[in-house]
Amino acid sequence: MRKLGLACLLAALCMGGGLGGASARADDFSGLASPQFDDVSASITALAANGSAQADAALQALETHHLFSGADGALFIRAGEVCQNARTGEATTCPEEGLKPVRVNNRIRKALAGVQAVRELSAQQPAERIKAAETFYARHDAAFLPALDRALSSEKIPAVREKLMQAHAATVLAQPPAEGAQAARLKAVGFLADVGGLEARGLLAGVAANVGEAPEVRHAAQSAVSRIDWHLRIWSVLQNAFYGLSYGSVLLLAATGLAITFGVMGVINMAHGEMMMIGAYVTWLVQQGIQMTVPALEPFALLIAIPAAFVVCGGLGVVIERCLIRFLYGRPLETLLATWGLSLVLQQVTRSLFGPTNIAVQTPAWLSGSLALGGLDITLNRLAILVFAGLVLGGLMLVLRRTPLGLQMRAVTQNRRMAALMGIRTPKVDALAFGLGAGLAGLAGVAVSQIDNVSPNLGQSYIIDSFMVVVFGGVGNLWGTLAAAMALGMGGKVLEPTIGAVSAKIAILVLVIAYIQRHPRGMFPVRGRGIES
Amino acid sequence: MNAFSCQSARSFKSVIWTAGLVLLAAIVLAVASLLPESSPLHASAFVVSLAGKYLAYAMLALSVDLVWGFAGILTLGHAAFFGLGGYAMGMYLMREIGARGAYGDANLPDFMVFLSWKSLPWYWCGTDHFAWAMMLVLVVPALLAGVFGWLAFRSRVSGVYLSIITQALTYALMLAFFQNGFGFGGNNGLTDFKDILGADLHAPATRAALLVATGIALAASLLAARFIVGSRFGNLLVAVRDSENRTRFLGYRPDQVKLLVWIFSAMLAAVGGALYVTQVGIINPGEFAPANSIESVIWVAVGGRGTLSGAVLGAILVNFGKTLFTAWLPEFWLYGLGLLFICTTLFLPNGIMGLWRPTRKNDPEDITPEVSAPEGEHP
Amino acid sequence: MPRTMPNLSRRAFGRLALASSAAAFGGALGSGYARAATPKGDPIKVGILHSLSGTMAISETTLKDVMLMLIAEQNRKGGLLGRPLEPVVVDPASNWPLFAEKARQLLSVDKASAVFGCWTSVSRKSVLPVFEELNGILFYPVQYEGQECSRNIFYTGAAPNQQAIPAVDYLLSEDGGGAKRFALVGTDYIYPRTTNQILVSYLKSKGIADEDIMVNYTPFGQSDWQTIVSQIKAFGAAGKKTAVVSTINGDANVPFYKELGNQGISATDLPVMAFSVGEEELAGMDTKPLVGQLAAWNYFESIETPANAAFIKQWHTYTKQPKRTTNDPMEAHYIGFNMWVQAVTKAGTTDHDKVIDAMVGIRQPNLTGGVAEMLPDHHLTKPVFIGEIQDDGQFSVVWKTPALVPGQAWSPWVAQTKDLIGDWRQPIACGNYNSATKTCLSHKHA
Repeated sequence: MRKLGLACLLAALCMGGGLGGASARADDFSGLASPQFDDVSASITALAANGSAQADAALQALETHHLFSGADGALFIRAGEVCQNARTGEATTCPEEGLKPVRVNNRIRKALAGVQAVRELSAQQPAERIKAAETFYARHDAAFLPALDRALSSEKIPAVREKLMQAHAATVLAQPPAEGAQAARLKAVGFLADVGGLEARGLLAGVAANVGEAPEVRHAAQSAVSRIDWHLRIWSVLQNAFYGLSYGSVLLLAATGLAITFGVMGVINMAHGEMMMIGAYVTWLVQQGIQMTVPALEPFALLIAIPAAFVVCGGLGVVIERCLIRFLYGRPLETLLATWGLSLVLQQVTRSLFGPTNIAVQTPAWLSGSLALGGLDITLNRLAILVFAGLVLGGLMLVLRRTPLGLQMRAVTQNRRMAALMGIRTPKVDALAFGLGAGLAGLAGVAVSQIDNVSPNLGQSYIIDSFMVVVFGGVGNLWGTLAAAMALGMGGKVLEPTIGAVSAKIAILVLVIAYIQRHPRGMFPVRGRGIES
Repeated sequence: MNAFSCQSARSFKSVIWTAGLVLLAAIVLAVASLLPESSPLHASAFVVSLAGKYLAYAMLALSVDLVWGFAGILTLGHAAFFGLGGYAMGMYLMREIGARGAYGDANLPDFMVFLSWKSLPWYWCGTDHFAWAMMLVLVVPALLAGVFGWLAFRSRVSGVYLSIITQALTYALMLAFFQNGFGFGGNNGLTDFKDILGADLHAPATRAALLVATGIALAASLLAARFIVGSRFGNLLVAVRDSENRTRFLGYRPDQVKLLVWIFSAMLAAVGGALYVTQVGIINPGEFAPANSIESVIWVAVGGRGTLSGAVLGAILVNFGKTLFTAWLPEFWLYGLGLLFICTTLFLPNGIMGLWRPTRKNDPEDITPEVSAPEGEHP
Repeated sequence: MPRTMPNLSRRAFGRLALASSAAAFGGALGSGYARAATPKGDPIKVGILHSLSGTMAISETTLKDVMLMLIAEQNRKGGLLGRPLEPVVVDPASNWPLFAEKARQLLSVDKASAVFGCWTSVSRKSVLPVFEELNGILFYPVQYEGQECSRNIFYTGAAPNQQAIPAVDYLLSEDGGGAKRFALVGTDYIYPRTTNQILVSYLKSKGIADEDIMVNYTPFGQSDWQTIVSQIKAFGAAGKKTAVVSTINGDANVPFYKELGNQGISATDLPVMAFSVGEEELAGMDTKPLVGQLAAWNYFESIETPANAAFIKQWHTYTKQPKRTTNDPMEAHYIGFNMWVQAVTKAGTTDHDKVIDAMVGIRQPNLTGGVAEMLPDHHLTKPVFIGEIQDDGQFSVVWKTPALVPGQAWSPWVAQTKDLIGDWRQPIACGNYNSATKTCLSHKHA
């Protein structure tokens, strides 16, 4: 059964790919040793049809970059220093030189994936068969039609059948219309209309625009397209809302630390972005360290980096407060100048230590990819940042409201002298508060390392946005920071599809400027009796 | 407040000296640059254009000092006006190139030919006339400052809020000018200028004349600024800076006072920008970068805020240092610059000019009252 | 404060220059390069004008290092004309007017015999008038938008016809997936604008319809790509084979590729061909999700030739970092520097005019095989390679042009420049010579 399927694939690929005319070959393997991708591709087809254990092993090795070609067409499967003749399977010594890896490009990868999918079609597990059907659906390549037909004839499980039918319908519609195929095509249109989604829309739109198509098929396709469009529009609104939320959550993370140092303490910390940058570098260091010492923990390196970044940046924050900021209390604008200078120094230190280039922070497997939710595409790393931002904000609120430090911080903010008279050690509170703000920036750095590039310039790109968020929300109000971050994120993402990324950003800036003119203390001003406050 | 005015009367005498010295230095350098190259006193084109650049930056610093030092408006976006002035001048210089561009189009600047534009956009009309371009240099920034300031001061946006929205303003302008579709050459900006008023920009005589013109402009601005801060209006400015509400309750209109000085300062910055472009030879959106505005504030802080002369001194010194260290210690100069800012704020709260006059430490009234610190004073 | 003005005298700057060169030289020596046979005589100064701080430091610092390495190597070989070479390093700090100032300093204060520098188009545009006024020599090592041909600049990077057009040819070919629909995505500045303009008219000449071309521009440093990637995804789902041509500027690439990976776009479905992503950019990315994405360059570190292996070894020894990557602009500097050495030797002097005239026709072997030749329009002949990203952060070459491609200063695909050529040899001696009307649009060089 499986062999038959592969044979059919061979025939189909030869027809579809137009590769039938490849030069005479010694055997199915020899194309692999050729520098031409045409020959490699033809050889893959032949090997898939061949179906012997050796052929399978060769294909496997090709996929994993273990297949090497030697002098005069010899092929080896190499694992470390051990070689195996690919044709016969017997172990040999690796040739001293002239061993070249068989090159793989997208075309070869695609052919291999096709072979893989045809194999999966006859797999035991329904899940694998569904995966294969989905591959065929996305490819809608006529070459797979016979394989699909056969799979359909033997498939019993309804869920898999459904997917196979969809793949079949898509493949049928992707072919040019032929005489007498009208009924089948009409049925396929019906199928795809129910499937929906971008892929189906594209195919149906193609059918609707094709003048060679029968009128009723075109008509059906047309109405299906408009129905899908309507669905897509609704999903796209939701999708944009998610983009807005996730963008907003990045802004929120970047701004919460600033909301403490700037909003609560009144220190204009221009080095805030550099704290984020250091947080991102700590993430990298933790990942590297774990890779070298306990590779088993690697997937969790990011989780370990969270407390590490908080502690490092927080500690640095305390040091900065003790050595620099405390001399400048009551002169908030001078803190701006001093911290700007500090940010230049920190950038240059990073550049000297780690080099000016980007460093590669790994994204763990459990954070890559996306989650399909109806027509929504939720990317996991963005989702994680959204959740993380929520947790950070929630945690911060708890610290401020429920811990002695939070109480003391609020007391010092509201009336420093009275707080001091009540026995609170205000210098200690100042240092801890600044450390908290810096630590939060470090957390933001961990998050940002997953979506942005990590280089000494990282902080610069976030500092303006962070200040905008804090000021727009109202200085000294965490809820305001949350609302402002989400408003700016959403606003940007709602405008972006219509007017473009640059104009959206300008429009948002102008709107914020205009808003501040109307409401000089932001969205949620801290209310007080003093006329100056 | 009394303490301030007593002492300010003293320190402003230095402004006349500064103006005179600036002018003298410009003329001496200009003359030296016209001497034959063999002469030991010859000043090279490099030195002349550097000096011109410093003086143009000094005008920007002066304009920042006027609003920050005297009206208490910490602007983090003054480079916007500097850049706008520069662009207005750049438009004129661009039109002067005429058919000598790479594509040989007599009417359109190269970047427009390249973007396949058929005719000049309306806002480029008349920019081939020097007088009109000079008017644009003054009017456009003044209009922007007027609208922005009127809205901001009327609704009493102040302190940090104002600082941040001025920063947003210059950031928005930077993004806008970065766009190629905006009609100002995108990221590349305007460059490759040839002539000004028919005179070759690269000729030593033109360079010398431009340097003298910048010197005159700076000296005149210094004197004008001194006149303003020394007048009754200047007292009012200081009053607004030190306590806006008390001034308001006395029956003055702080918003109008601030608006006037804000617009004047924007125009000063714009003139500086226009002169800058002629001597540097390029204007592009990088000039609007918020970092540039912050740097100009730092020049003022280094020189001494609220002293006028200090702004000029700070701008020249910091930029001279930058020129020196970017060549001398290319890998480490940022440390120096960073530490300079930190040390200035920590150890020279009144800038270099503060060394000349008695410092008044721990005088809360003197120091940046514009941001209301959380209730209760710091010790 | 005017009291400082007299300090700006020529003598002061002489001292400054001396100090700066001493510092730079000390740096070169300190980097572990002791010179064997010390050449005698006045040093020949070589200016290095690359940003060491600011946004562009990320790319340009490497080029400064490679220049110091090449100069040290040349000195070990006995210098040039029997005189030692002396690098003069300055930091224009990613600030475009500062580039012009530093260029003037290198030419008029340090009297640099040649300057190697610039990365962005705007920095080159900023220094161009200075080089023309002072008749200097600049080697510009980065692929760029073309449409420029100055007598004082040697463009050792690729012109659009040496990168963009072969890349699109590959995408159109069967090996490249036979794309019928193109999304041209770029950062909003002159290089992507020009490249896309050229590509659009080229694609149209290949029968691609208007509605099958999407052009999108984003600001510098764009970090949130969610919307644009989903737009590309929607554009690619129209039933035709689609490819993305990316002229996104260095920094913004990391978040762009991360978003691509996360939205599940793989190279087999929607290949992305990038013009600004090299080994150095990949070093800052996790390349596993990017396997199979494409880049077009004239050099790849992974190309196996003896010359390249030697170069990489030398680089690792010099930087003491055995994993440090090499990239295309580094090779451009390697070629440019060696060509200049040849031209100076040929002219027997460092006199700018003589060296410029001697440069045309100089041949220097590429690191990847073939010989680069300096053409009359100051561009080079180059091989073009298409590489696919591998999971080890390197590229595997999947295609190369059969012959070397001569660089074209003016694109024949842009209506205004299709008749223009550059030829700095007598009798034309003109950078923008209209071959139809037989006139020189700007001044002919006497």
